[in-house]
Amino acid sequence: MKMKKLFLLLLPVFAVVGLIVFNACKSADKSTEGAANAGLTLPDGFTAIAIADNLGSARHLVVTPEHDIYVHLAGAKNGKGILVLHEDGDKTTLKTSFASYGGTGIAIKNGYLYASNNTEVFRYKLNDKNDVINPDQPEKIVTGLISRRMHEPKAIALDNDGNIYVNIGAYSNVCSDFDPKHQGCPILDSAAGIWQFKADKLNQHYGDGIRYAGGLRNVVGLDWNQQDNQLFVMQHGRDALHDLYPNLYTVHQSAELPAECMFALKKGDNAGWPYVYYDWMQNKNLLGPEYGGDGQKPADPKFIEPVAAYPGHYAPDGLLFYTGNQFPEKYKNGAFIAFHGSWNRAPEPQAGYCVVFQPFKDGKPSGKWEVFADGFAGTAEQKASGRAVHRPCGLALGPDGSLYVTDDVKGTIYKITYKK
Amino acid sequence: MNIKKSGLILLLFSICFSELYAQTKKAPIHTGTANSVARGKIVYANVCLACHMADGGGVQNMNPPLIQTTYVLGDKTTLIKIVLNGFKEDVEINGQTYSNNMTPHSDLKDQQIADVLTYVRKSFGNKASSVTVAEVKKVRAANVTK
Repeated sequence: MKMKKLFLLLLPVFAVVGLIVFNACKSADKSTEGAANAGLTLPDGFTAIAIADNLGSARHLVVTPEHDIYVHLAGAKNGKGILVLHEDGDKTTLKTSFASYGGTGIAIKNGYLYASNNTEVFRYKLNDKNDVINPDQPEKIVTGLISRRMHEPKAIALDNDGNIYVNIGAYSNVCSDFDPKHQGCPILDSAAGIWQFKADKLNQHYGDGIRYAGGLRNVVGLDWNQQDNQLFVMQHGRDALHDLYPNLYTVHQSAELPAECMFALKKGDNAGWPYVYYDWMQNKNLLGPEYGGDGQKPADPKFIEPVAAYPGHYAPDGLLFYTGNQFPEKYKNGAFIAFHGSWNRAPEPQAGYCVVFQPFKDGKPSGKWEVFADGFAGTAEQKASGRAVHRPCGLALGPDGSLYVTDDVKGTIYKITYKK
Repeated sequence: MNIKKSGLILLLFSICFSELYAQTKKAPIHTGTANSVARGKIVYANVCLACHMADGGGVQNMNPPLIQTTYVLGDKTTLIKIVLNGFKEDVEINGQTYSNNMTPHSDLKDQQIADVLTYVRKSFGNKASSVTVAEVKKVRAANVTK
């Protein structure tokens, strides 16, 4: 009798255990090759396919109206840093490759392909089919940019008035190594900002350009907003609030803070690095602890505030305004952000590794951001440990309004489409 | 519903109790090296883990891994100096370059440095000898002139 009662009591336990095992098997299935949506989770109506794989460290990309895809690799593979793939149906074939340098930045504007390495920006004339005419003879647009072992990639964007914008990242976390007495960071004159150069002038140096906006620690994702004719950038926020100031910040605060920020820039703006950081939980721009802050003291209002803020250390590496016509109306002119994923949230689980959608209205963020594409990292454990299988990096719009996402771990390119 | 709920509670209880039981059962009595490793693990969690990660695998392009590398398994003096002085050079390991600067950790006590390096040399698949307090003391003394 007693045994029977015990068995009855335990029955639901078995059921729960069974359910856990079943779910574990199910999620294991999901991570296998050839999974639905190439292993990604997407909103209803969207599908994803992997149109290329094992390319190398695929960073930013552009897609032409002829369905050619220019992909910039972080490091040249077999001596070539830019791959040209041709897309045909669900597949791509390698058409050609060129450029002796690796890098991140790549863009097409007014009949030219622009690409950067860590110190220079080049351009290549395109023919009427958007093929590079002289792949071995690029024009050097900008040269001599600082690259000192940290935040080296020179991400680029172009406006409609003949200018190119180049990120020059800070070669430091919070400038402490160059400003030990906290009297003023000396590296801001030639790094930690966005520089503006002429898109058609050769061999420009610092002196030929303008420091368009400063106080930006590092920007990898940036895009020109056509609606309000303005540059938008995503800043990678500082690291190690708890490690450096354990009395002011808990481990949890250090994982969530500071915010990764979206800024809408105007010429002359100063976003405040290394003096300030943005706290997305308090919705406040705060004075950094190196310069007298305590997690509460507000920043000097002369520094611009972000137009949108995201959780700490997500690492935004791609920004794209969706100007296509394929996706539902709510996506039109909104922003997609590729978050590369964190490393500086330990001992808390790492996070990010997703593509986020930020709704926009009249050229400004409007409403809460949402995760658009997830699952790049693989299993929950792979994500939490930071050992992600794939990490989103670059974003591009296809001629039919599809969204392309690169992964710089395995070199996968995802194509995301929508069907009613 | 109720039965299911009570079942779930039972399950949770049994997990909790077995955990408690396991914990009281193996109250750790560490001696010598085991003791040093146990203390080193705590130092690692507080000082090193944020960059080198819980599994010692580091971070791509930025923070080098501590798994089976010559830096970790090789000359102890060099390794102790890295902790004391920090590190500001590009490191190439298995074709990958790691370039984040490491800050000096000379504020750690000799015992803490010995413990954390012993932990690192005996964890993540590494099997190298311990680092002693005397070794750290010696390197630190010779390091002053730097």
